[in-house]
Amino acid sequence: MTEFFAMGGYAGWVWSSYAIALVCVGALIWRTLAARSAAKTRLEALLKEDEA
Amino acid sequence: MWSYFANPERFDRLARAVIPWCWGSAALLFVIGLPWALVVSPPDYQQSDTVRIMYVHVPAAWLAMFAYAGLGASSFVYFIWRHNLADVAARAIAPAGAVFAFLCLATGAIWGKPMWGAWWVWDARLTSMLVLFLLYLGYMALRAAIEDERLAARAGAILAMAGLINLPIIKFSVDWWNTLHQPASVIRFDGPTIHASKLWPLSVMAIAFTVLFTAIVLTGMRTLILTRRADALERAEERRQETEARSAEPNAVFNPEAAS
Repeated sequence: MTEFFAMGGYAGWVWSSYAIALVCVGALIWRTLAARSAAKTRLEALLKEDEA
Repeated sequence: MWSYFANPERFDRLARAVIPWCWGSAALLFVIGLPWALVVSPPDYQQSDTVRIMYVHVPAAWLAMFAYAGLGASSFVYFIWRHNLADVAARAIAPAGAVFAFLCLATGAIWGKPMWGAWWVWDARLTSMLVLFLLYLGYMALRAAIEDERLAARAGAILAMAGLINLPIIKFSVDWWNTLHQPASVIRFDGPTIHASKLWPLSVMAIAFTVLFTAIVLTGMRTLILTRRADALERAEERRQETEARSAEPNAVFNPEAAS
């Protein structure tokens, strides 16, 4: 297990690459879903206003 | 075919059915691909374990280029046939492509430092990839800077199409110029030269990233379609209120003499 985390002495390089990937892709997914729910809420409010 | 899918409602129905499968298969492929890349695949005889950076770096580079091809293609379709859905696709692709281009550059720098002794060198492959990242940023900045939506779409489409010239430059930069970057080892005329023990996990990771990208772009497109509908409703409401205000006081027309 220790050997796995050590990555042949290159732990910092390998793990920081994967960490950056996780942060970038995670942020992209979060932004996509947040924008979707914000647009949904806005449209629903407008449609309700339209009915009233 | 283009016209068939250019109908936003038809697209929305199709996308709604496809998106959950994309999220699901992306998750499944990462569950298989990550342990394969990090544990099962062997270290390189020269690069030791830093070669594992490849399983993120290479899919990110491929996707950044694939996404740009999509951006260019949908810009072309919009520019010629004026299908709004093509423009929606271009707008949804751009931020995702920018993220993957950034990820490619960042992981490349982290790989370059221990293997080449430099975070960055101004050679053809790295510079053309940086240009790709800047093209994405330029595209988004240009669209954000022009208020008229149609003009923004057209100007963006021209920029995106002009930028397509960069794709073959990135691909063949390692053949045309002397570079520190290694030459192509997967997509070659004479077949891949990379060993199967690395090609397989690389393929799984590449497909995982691609399916994830598809889910993100389709969701982004659905969001933009909703936003367009909301914008149209808001404009209609504003117009209605204006007409009401005008009919309420028919004599309230601006009179320059009375004002002075």
